Amino acid sequence: MTTQPSLLIEELAFAYPDGNQALFGVNLRIERGERVALLGPNGAGKTTLVMHMNGIHPAEHGKVSVAGEVIDTTDKDLLRRIRGKVGVVFQDPDDQLFMPTVGEDVAFGPYNMGIRGAELEGSVDEALALVHMSEFKERPPHHLSFGQRRRVAVATVLAMKPEILVLDEPSSNLDPAGRRELAEILKSLDVTIVMVTHDLPYAFELCERSVILSGGVIVADGKTGDILRDQALLAQHRLELPVGFSL
Amino acid sequence: MAVLAFIVVSVATPITRWQAFIAYFAAIFAVSLVAKIPTLTLFTRALIEIPFIFFAILMPFFGTGERFEVGPLNLYRESLLAAAGIVVKGTLGVLSAVVLSTSTTARELLRGLEKLHLPKLMVQIAAFMLRYVNVINDEMERMKVARESRGFIATGMKDWKVLATAASALFIRSYERGERVHLAMLSRGYTGVLPHDVSEGASLRTWAQGLALPIFAALILLITTVIG
Repeated sequence: MTTQPSLLIEELAFAYPDGNQALFGVNLRIERGERVALLGPNGAGKTTLVMHMNGIHPAEHGKVSVAGEVIDTTDKDLLRRIRGKVGVVFQDPDDQLFMPTVGEDVAFGPYNMGIRGAELEGSVDEALALVHMSEFKERPPHHLSFGQRRRVAVATVLAMKPEILVLDEPSSNLDPAGRRELAEILKSLDVTIVMVTHDLPYAFELCERSVILSGGVIVADGKTGDILRDQALLAQHRLELPVGFSL
Repeated sequence: MAVLAFIVVSVATPITRWQAFIAYFAAIFAVSLVAKIPTLTLFTRALIEIPFIFFAILMPFFGTGERFEVGPLNLYRESLLAAAGIVVKGTLGVLSAVVLSTSTTARELLRGLEKLHLPKLMVQIAAFMLRYVNVINDEMERMKVARESRGFIATGMKDWKVLATAASALFIRSYERGERVHLAMLSRGYTGVLPHDVSEGASLRTWAQGLALPIFAALILLITTVIG
């Protein structure tokens, strides 16, 4: 479709209103169809970076472009388009799922994009089918298991047919089977994926490329295998492979 | 809405027209039969009323004015009538509310409120409350278990401080969750309106079904007034 990179971040810096600077000039280019793990210790600025990807935080310095369009948070129409292109799956599915039923929640995003009627129904059914949750369409979210809620949260974003899927700690709190099922679903999707995680084996399984964000800058960018084999690099940025795990 | 109208009509009926009340009860049972609500469920749910009518039952023993004796009891006529009014009308109100809440899901209720042009914001707030009451309840339960796991058992006044701190922590957590939910909504393009189905007006049939009960009650009131 587009030859532009899915995501292009140039010299992005950001400080919170209280003066706490979270990002110090981040550069990142992600091509269409790539699956990239965004690794880094707590407090490295990962969530702040994610909030820039869909224009929740305005870029104070530097710029962020999605599929060739530079995000300008003052342009409401553009912002709406960007949020359709960058789907963020938050860590706690209870934050994401707020409508009375699963189906309505999945419909929320596409509805905001202006889709109505049969087309809306269609995109809801399609997204739920992708995460194998079709039979739960009429159920209230609080009756689902945690793993199911996580999958529905992914569907709520897929229904918007995003260019990039951004997942914040997708494997957290999942049981091993839930973890594997989610991995299979993510592998089957034809979208660019940015996965924020501390779960290094999960990053290795799903993403060919990894970047490490530490202290507000990108300190490493390369093949996941190469990065995870570099013990010194990992240790320097408070990352560790689980005991007994080797590549 | 129909329930509210029904309650208003039955409250407006003077307690002395006892025939009307028999008809009201019959009407409620008829509706609950149509709605296929088991009678037992109806009554167990109506038990919630007991603390409220407890004092009404005591009323006939205290009061002024005309007195009369029923067996060993010495009762006041005015208070007896007032108490009977409270008990009967209260029970009617509770029963009709139970029929509504058992036969209609909370979601349909919200839809209904929206159609009745209640301010959108209020409906949205009610919808969010409905969604998150479980989440917050679970959170509260987890905090309670965590407190008790460290040996805390609330026994009296001196423990109120702990409970108050817990309550404020819960409040702050809920507030923060609210912010996260809002962020998640913005990320999916929220602009201030929640999606809802194409708002087709209620059909004539639905109106007829809804209004049947209050109209029936109003008729009874009219008839008993004319006869009585």
